[in-house]
Amino acid sequence: MIVGLDMGGTHIDAIIMNDGAITKVVKKPADYDDLFHSIWSTLKELLQGIDPSAIKKINLSTTISTNAIVENKTARVGMIIQGGPGLPNEHVAVGAENVFISGYTDHRGEVVSDIDTKEINEAIELFNDRKIADIAVVTKFSTRNPTSELAIAKRVSEQFQKITLGHQTSGKLNFPRRVNTSYLNAAVYDTFSRFSDNITLSLEKEGVQARVSILKADGGIMSIDSAKHMPVETILSGPAASLMGIQALLDTHEDAILLDVGGTTTDLFFLADGVPLFEPVGIKIDAYKTLVRSIYSVSIGLGGDSRIIVEDKKLKIGPRRQGKPFALGGPVATPTDAMIVLGQLDIGDSALAKEALAPLATDLGLSIDEVANEVLDTMARMIKAKADELLSEINSKPVYTVKELLHGKQLVPKSIGMIGGPANVLAPRLEKEFHIPCRYPQYYEVANAIGAALAKTTTEINLIADTSRGTLSVPELGVYEKIDRNYSLRAASERALTLVTERAVAMGATRAGLETEIIEESVFNMVDGFRTKGQNIRIKAQVKPGLIHSLKGRVVCKTKTDDTEVIPPIEKIDGIRVNGRPGSLSTCNAQADVATGTGKGFATASGGTHA
Amino acid sequence: MLKAKNKLGIVFFPAFDWAISPTHPERHERLLYTQDQIFEEGIEDIEGIEFYNPIVATPKDIKRVHFTVPSVEARLTDSHFISVGGAIKAMQAVMNKDVDKAFALIRPPGHHAQRVVYGDRGFCVVNVEAVMIERMRQEYGDLKVAIIDTDCHHGDGTQDVYWNDKNTLFISFHQDGRTLYPGTGFIDELGGPSAYGYNLNIPLPPQTGDEGFEYVLDHVVLPILEEFKPDIIINSAGQDNHYSDPLTSMNFSARGYAKLNEKLSPDIAVLEGGYSIEGALPYINVGIILAMAGLDYSHVIEPDFSPDKVSQTRHVARAVEKLSDEVMTLWKYRAELVEEKFRGKKYVENRRQVYYDTDNILENQVQKFKVCRQCSGVNTITSSNDQGDNVLGVTIPRDACQECQTEGHDHFEKSFRGAFTHAYLQDRINDEYRNK
Repeated sequence: MIVGLDMGGTHIDAIIMNDGAITKVVKKPADYDDLFHSIWSTLKELLQGIDPSAIKKINLSTTISTNAIVENKTARVGMIIQGGPGLPNEHVAVGAENVFISGYTDHRGEVVSDIDTKEINEAIELFNDRKIADIAVVTKFSTRNPTSELAIAKRVSEQFQKITLGHQTSGKLNFPRRVNTSYLNAAVYDTFSRFSDNITLSLEKEGVQARVSILKADGGIMSIDSAKHMPVETILSGPAASLMGIQALLDTHEDAILLDVGGTTTDLFFLADGVPLFEPVGIKIDAYKTLVRSIYSVSIGLGGDSRIIVEDKKLKIGPRRQGKPFALGGPVATPTDAMIVLGQLDIGDSALAKEALAPLATDLGLSIDEVANEVLDTMARMIKAKADELLSEINSKPVYTVKELLHGKQLVPKSIGMIGGPANVLAPRLEKEFHIPCRYPQYYEVANAIGAALAKTTTEINLIADTSRGTLSVPELGVYEKIDRNYSLRAASERALTLVTERAVAMGATRAGLETEIIEESVFNMVDGFRTKGQNIRIKAQVKPGLIHSLKGRVVCKTKTDDTEVIPPIEKIDGIRVNGRPGSLSTCNAQADVATGTGKGFATASGGTHA
Repeated sequence: MLKAKNKLGIVFFPAFDWAISPTHPERHERLLYTQDQIFEEGIEDIEGIEFYNPIVATPKDIKRVHFTVPSVEARLTDSHFISVGGAIKAMQAVMNKDVDKAFALIRPPGHHAQRVVYGDRGFCVVNVEAVMIERMRQEYGDLKVAIIDTDCHHGDGTQDVYWNDKNTLFISFHQDGRTLYPGTGFIDELGGPSAYGYNLNIPLPPQTGDEGFEYVLDHVVLPILEEFKPDIIINSAGQDNHYSDPLTSMNFSARGYAKLNEKLSPDIAVLEGGYSIEGALPYINVGIILAMAGLDYSHVIEPDFSPDKVSQTRHVARAVEKLSDEVMTLWKYRAELVEEKFRGKKYVENRRQVYYDTDNILENQVQKFKVCRQCSGVNTITSSNDQGDNVLGVTIPRDACQECQTEGHDHFEKSFRGAFTHAYLQDRINDEYRNK
C-alpha cells in the first residue's frame, strides 16, 4: 500500500493506493497555524483501521518549507560569500548577515586566489555575536571547483549547527541563484527538521515502518532523511503534485497542455512527447530566484470563483477572487454562477446566479443566457491567449547549436488534459478555441494526492571533466577528483550514470529497475596555440522522470464510505471523457488510464532547458 | 536584484557545432567559457536584459551586399546564415524598440568579407554588420550609420562595402597593417569619390595600451561622431586588442573594452574576432554587456591582470597622439581633399589585389566609380582569380539618379556573356538582384 498526501491551499487530501486501486480517501481542511498537526491528523485518520505493516510507502507533498519562506518565518542565516571579479557583489546579499570574502576561482575551476583565514575567523565571530546558528557558504564557480567552499566549511564546521555549501545545492552555473538557494536551505533547515522529526516519531509510535518521502517541485520524491539535509528541494511541490496527478489520470505520450482549473487560479503545464517541461534554471519562490529543479508551471488569476465585472463594454474575469460565487451566498458574479445559469452545474441557488448575471447582461445589452455563455467563452479565450504566449516563449528558448536552431523540437500541443471543477463545462469551449481535443477525468478531486502517491525518486547530476587540468567534478555530490589525460567521453558517461544511480539510491530509490539516462553531453577540444591540449567534457544525467510504473493500466476506486470527510463523488467516477462527450472513450466504469510518462525528448527530459 | 539602466538585448549564439577546423582559432569551443561566465554571473536574471535566438538570414539579405561567386548558396553554410540572422535579430530588437541597445554575440565573424566573395578570408565569408545594416535600411529607411570597428585587424571588408557611401561612416582602429593581417587600413584609405573622408583608419602601433585606446576614442572617434550625427552607432566589436590575444600584439583590457563601449554607447554591438577564449573573452564580453546595460563593470578583471599588461611606452603614446591629429586633420579638410583628388574626373578607377588567406585564393579586381553630381554614382567591379573565375558586378546604389540607374542596367544587360564566367547586378533601388 502506498499513501499519497497533498497539502493544498485550503485542504489536505490523502489517499491509500493498493495495486493500482484507490482504497481510501481523506480530505480535511488545512490549519495553517499548525501544519504538522494538520498533516498528522489527516494521516492518522487515513491509517485508521489499516494494518500499519501493510503501508510500504508514504509520499508527502507539504507546504512546510514554502510557508516558512513566504510568511518569513525562517531562521536568521549568516552568509559567507566569495564573489571574485565580475558583477558587483553587493546585490546578492541575502539573509541576516553577509560577509564578503576575498579570493576567487575562475570559470575553469582554477583557484586564482586563495581564501584569507583571517576573514573567515572574523565572519565566525560576527555570526556568534549575532547569535546566528545557520550559515551558508557560497563561492563563485564552486560548481567547477568546490575547494574554497570546503576549506571554509572545515574552519567553521564546529561552530554552527547547519552549514549549507553552494556547490551541493546544484551543479548548474548561476552564482546569484546559488546564493539564494543556499540561503533558503539554511533558512528552512530548522523548520523542516522539526517537521520531519515529528513525522518520523509519530509514525514510529503508530508502528508504521513505511519509507517516508517528500515530494519535490520537479515531481519526484526524496527520502525524508535526504530532505532534511536539502529541505530547499521541498518547496513548491503543490503544482508538481497536481501535474503528476493529471498525468496519472490522463495518459498521453504527445505534446500537450495540462490545466488545473481551481476556484481562484488556473495552473498551466506542458508536456513534450508526454514528458513534463521543467523550469530552465530553477524555480522562483517569493522574491528569490533559485536553482531548485522544478516542473514548469504558470498560474493565472482565473478560476470558478473569479470576480466578473464589465469594463469598457467588455467582460473582465479575475484576477481577483472576492469570495464564494453569488449563487452560494458570495458577493459578486463568478464563472460558477454562469455555469449554474446554463444548467451545467447543479449547485447553489440558480435564481441567485441569474440575479448575479443580470446587471452584466444589462451593461452588455445581452440576455442572461448570452452573458453566461460569453463568460465561459471569455475564460476559454483567456486560457488560450496565455497558453499561446507561453508556447511562443517555450519555442524560442535559447539554443546554442546550428542543429538545434534549424531542426530543434518545437512544442505543438495535440491535446489538452484538464482537471478541476469547471472541466466538463470548459472542455467543449476550449476545444473550439484550441482546435484540439480536450480531455478530463471525472475523478480529479484527489488528483494531487494521486500524483504524490505515484511519484518516484528523481535526481540529476552535472559532470564536468577537464582533461587538460586533469580534474573531474560533480558538484551536487561533492565529487572532485583527478583524472588522466586520456579520460574519454565514454568513461565520463559511464561514471555519470553510476553516480546518478548512487545518488538516487541514497535519496531512497530502489536500485532494481531504476532508469537513468544521459540528457546532455558535449565534448570540446581545448586548444592552446594550434595544438589540442585536452578535452572539456560536460554531461548531465538524470533518473528518467515520470510516475512509478507498477501501476500500468488502471486506477480503480474500490472505496465506498459514509465518512463525511471523504469526498463524496467517488461513485461518479466514470472514466475519461473525450471531446467533452461523456463516456466516449471509457469502456467501463470506475477506471482511469494511468500514464507511465517515461518518454524522452526535448527540454522536458533535461530538466532544465525550456524557455 | 540588479536592474539594467539601458534595456539590453543579447543574441548569444556560440554555434557549438561549427568550426573552420577543430584546432583553428575559429572553433567550437570559442564562446564556451564566455557562456560559462555569462551563466555564472546570472546575466539572464538581470532585469532589463533579454536574450534572443538568431533568425536565419535569406540569400537576398546577402545579395544586398555581396557578389558571391558562384552563388550565395554554394559559399555560405547554415552557420553563416544564422550568424548574420543573429545580427539582424539584434538590429530588429533595437529598431522595434523592444530594447534600447543590443549585443550580437555570434560567430563566425564577418568584417573581412568584401563585396566580391570567392571564399573565406580572415575567417569571414559574409559581412555580418553590412548585411544587417542593409536589411535595416530596407525595413526602416535610409538611416545614417556609423560603424566603429574595434577589432585589432583592419575591417577591410566593411571598408570595401562602404567605400563610396557617405551615409555610412566607417572608422576602424586596429594594429598597424605593416605588422598584422590583412596589411591594409592606412590613413590615406579615405573612401571613393562620393564618400571621401567617410572612411577613416587609425592604424595603432603595437603595444598600444588602455590609455592609447581611450585617447583615440576621446580625440578622434567621439568628436567625429558629434559632427556626423549618425542615427545608429554600431560597434564592430572584435576583442583581439586584448593583451592576452594569441594573434595580436596590443595591450587592451576587458575594462578598457567596457569603458570604450560606455563612452561610445553603440546602439548595436556585433562580436567580430578575439581568440583569447579563456583569458579574455569571458571578461570582455561580460564587460561589454554591463557597459551597454549601464551597469557597474569596474569589478570585471582578468585573472592574470596587472597594470603593466595594459601600459604603453611614452613613445607609443606620442605616436598615438600624432596619428590622432593626422586623422582629425583629414576629417576636417575632407571637402577640400575631395575637390583636389577628384576634380574633373568622370570615373575613378581603383585597382587592387585581394588575398583569401583562409581559402588560399588570389583575386585581382578593378573597381570603377562614376563621379555623379546627382547621386553617389553607379559603380562596377571586374574581378578575376587564380581559380578561373571572371566576374562582373554592377551596383546601383540606393540614392542612384535615373541616369545612373539606366547606365547600371545597360552595363549588366550588354555585358558579353563570353567575357565573364559570372555577372551580377545589385539594384538597391528596386531591391533586385540578378545574375547571369
